[in-house]
Amino acid sequence: MAKLDPIIGRYVTLDQGGKDFRIYFEENGSGIPLLCLHTAGAHSSQFRHLMCDPEITKNFRIIAFDLPWHGKSTPPVGWQEEEYKLTSTFYIDIIKNFIGSLNLKKPLVMGCSMGGRVVIRLAYELGKELSGVIGLEGSDQPAPWYDNSWTSHPNFENGDFCVGLVSGLCAPQSPDEYKWETLWHYYQSGHGVFKGDMHFFRTDSDYADNSATIDTELCPVYLMTGEYDYSCTPEATVETASRIPGAEAVIMREVGHFPMSENPDVFRNYLIPVLDKFKEGEKNEPSSS
Amino acid sequence: MFDKLAEAVNADHNLVLRGKTCSLTLLIEIDNDEYFIDIVSGEIINVVSGQFLMRHWDLAIRASQATWSKFWQKYPEPGFHDIFAMNRFGHCKIEGNTKVLLSHIRFIKDVVSKPRFLGTGVSSNGKA
Repeated sequence: MAKLDPIIGRYVTLDQGGKDFRIYFEENGSGIPLLCLHTAGAHSSQFRHLMCDPEITKNFRIIAFDLPWHGKSTPPVGWQEEEYKLTSTFYIDIIKNFIGSLNLKKPLVMGCSMGGRVVIRLAYELGKELSGVIGLEGSDQPAPWYDNSWTSHPNFENGDFCVGLVSGLCAPQSPDEYKWETLWHYYQSGHGVFKGDMHFFRTDSDYADNSATIDTELCPVYLMTGEYDYSCTPEATVETASRIPGAEAVIMREVGHFPMSENPDVFRNYLIPVLDKFKEGEKNEPSSS
Repeated sequence: MFDKLAEAVNADHNLVLRGKTCSLTLLIEIDNDEYFIDIVSGEIINVVSGQFLMRHWDLAIRASQATWSKFWQKYPEPGFHDIFAMNRFGHCKIEGNTKVLLSHIRFIKDVVSKPRFLGTGVSSNGKA
């Protein structure tokens, strides 16, 4: 018998700004749409373990798409003539576009790293249309841990550099198998894509002045960060949660920057109690932080 | 300990392969003790320590004995598990030619963390 995953992959073409973007996405499960956003320089495979977890998929339709330039999503026609730079506006628009195109009703949006950053803006711009947001390794403002000049180094464009840079963000306790699969996603990244994502993450995503406007009665906010993450530190996560009335911060032990892919067994134990609060029929309200 | 580091690095075929274009003198400072590690084409060819006046090095990582001891544990505590984590939180200083570091980032990090996997090669107090 073939060992088939229950995950189904498809493509959808989105029209954004007059350009066609052919987007790859994967999904499994039924119930509340749980839209997952991958980290910089990676792709939707980071969420494969969640999509194969029947305890989660029995209540949630888990969907993850590859951003343009990432994974199996193609860049737009003419990409070779431009430098890829992810902006806050483009990122927000493509997420809204994807949600609208697939007609996702009141999705719960969960993003990691830069995905954990952008959910803050989603919450204050689109909150009433969402079930809530979960920011993994997320904060509401950049906090660089290496010098900006590094991004001008030619090696910043290639996969081996990206792997070397982010490898320490995994927790030492994470199983080698999953840690190296996580890092493989960075080897797969297109030339210059991680650098282009860093434009958003390092310079175009300071939401700290707006995060306090999030209405967590309408859009509950959970921020979950691994104790080994020195990119988005637990302190930054707690600080962000403190600016959002009603938001809850969860610090995860023996986990780093990629909880869903570097140590899925540990992560699910933290995630399921949070997801339980969003199950249909239950009150969507976080406890105060 | 650094003698064992040289043996371990040079015997690690895949590590040497990844460092085949990497040549540098790496200075590891533990408290006030300096260790100059000469790497040529991914192999450690010489390790010297002692009192020197302006001896050449390309890249230096300076930390206390207590910090290195934590870093070289099998499961270091948060903040001590990676040289960039230690740098961010002020536990170590990374100085010198960062272009060399950026060109061989994975190789250099693997060499520096190699004592973590040497078993008996790591003294409990981090002393080399």
